[in-house]
Amino acid sequence: MKNKTIVAFAAAGIVGAGCASMTMSDEQAAAKALAMLKVSFKDRGQAKVDRLDQDEAQRVCSQFSEKPLPKEVAERLQSEQLALITYPADGKYLGDWKRGERIAQTGTGMQFSDNPAIPSGANCYACHQLTKAEVSFGTIGPPLYNFGKLRGFTPEMQKYAYGKVYNSHAFAACSNMPRFGQKHILTEQQMKDVVALLMDPDSPVNK
Amino acid sequence: MNSIPRIASALCFLGALAASPAFAQRSAVEEIERYRAALGDGNPAELWEARGEALWKERRGPKNASLERCDVGLGPGVVKGAYTVLPKYFADSDKVEDLESRLVTCMVTLQGFTPEQAKKDPFGDPGKKVPMDALVAYITGQSRGMKVSVAGSHPREVEAYEIGKKIFFFRGGPHDFSCASCHGMDKQRIRLQDLPNLLNKDDAQKAYGGWPAYRVSQGEVRSMQWRLYDCFRQQRFPELEFISPASIALTMFLAKNANGGVFDAPSIKR
Repeated sequence: MKNKTIVAFAAAGIVGAGCASMTMSDEQAAAKALAMLKVSFKDRGQAKVDRLDQDEAQRVCSQFSEKPLPKEVAERLQSEQLALITYPADGKYLGDWKRGERIAQTGTGMQFSDNPAIPSGANCYACHQLTKAEVSFGTIGPPLYNFGKLRGFTPEMQKYAYGKVYNSHAFAACSNMPRFGQKHILTEQQMKDVVALLMDPDSPVNK
Repeated sequence: MNSIPRIASALCFLGALAASPAFAQRSAVEEIERYRAALGDGNPAELWEARGEALWKERRGPKNASLERCDVGLGPGVVKGAYTVLPKYFADSDKVEDLESRLVTCMVTLQGFTPEQAKKDPFGDPGKKVPMDALVAYITGQSRGMKVSVAGSHPREVEAYEIGKKIFFFRGGPHDFSCASCHGMDKQRIRLQDLPNLLNKDDAQKAYGGWPAYRVSQGEVRSMQWRLYDCFRQQRFPELEFISPASIALTMFLAKNANGGVFDAPSIKR
């Protein structure tokens, strides 16, 4: 009797193992995908294969791409990312909105086809409406027309805008928006210029 | 061939449109659609298809053999409809292969090229025509008007699909982008360019069924392998290697999501 039970358990184990190999678990599929990516790309120019090494935010956000992000995971990610923001030492957040507009219009930077000596753009218009004059804007992000006018031209809002450009995940875990400061896409001055585009009362964004 | 002046006039009109803030957003999108329709009049991809057919039949390589006995999906020598079943698992190579990978396999086994020789020039450039683009145009042209029908049922195909899905959602690089950053939501645009949601059946069918394509702005027929290579470039990833396993797994994911859609390829795009 006892032997029969053991045989039955062993058989169930074999069937179970067989099924597991047919349908991979989520973790197995992710591990196989990573291993496959590592042998499928090569260094080119400034884009090295170490760009496939995910940080914690990238790993977690990939994992939860197909399912809702649990509240506690989102809160943990946001507080971790918030702690990574370095605000300007001079306490000033507004640069030159005219330079900010050029940065918002520029879509190049950090591709292997780009010259690394040329500063990256932020490509804001790819995803956001910003000014009335520019009709060629994308819709992945919310419209930002009248950003400062609607929220108030306060120092707190300037600081929020700077932080959002620096690390969007600090305020919306797994946002689609790049972390321009965290990942060294833009310099501090460039981020100030972009904040000015959003927050300067004279900027066409607020006209 | 009166399509060139028509393209030029469409471009001029677009230029005037962009300069005039009086035009509303929606009308700009409509005008771009009109421009695309005008492009459809004459498709230079036909030149690639003709060159590809000649190359398919030409004796080449150390074995001085043609590709006419190549099994591109429906058995040796069958080109009609073969692209509709790709990618698929091939027992002879023991790999899941897409069209480009399969052509390389046949150039090696039938014509005697080394894998390095067969893979050397994956994409053409103005002034440099490569056999691969022409062969891809010819084979895919033989599935024009037919439905995508990827089986995806062999265990290796199931595995490729599941891995391809993970690759689609893989966020990395300095910009944190994945394929899903731009192609995972309905009715999104980058600038004025509509983005297909490749997780939505209708969009996936239209998008996948439109590649390969003659790119007017580049003057080249671009393959699915090129489409992925250039997407990853814009994603700020390193360089995707031609017919790499990740490229084929991702293609399996995209192709199976497009099952039932009609191939309109090689199509013509901006």
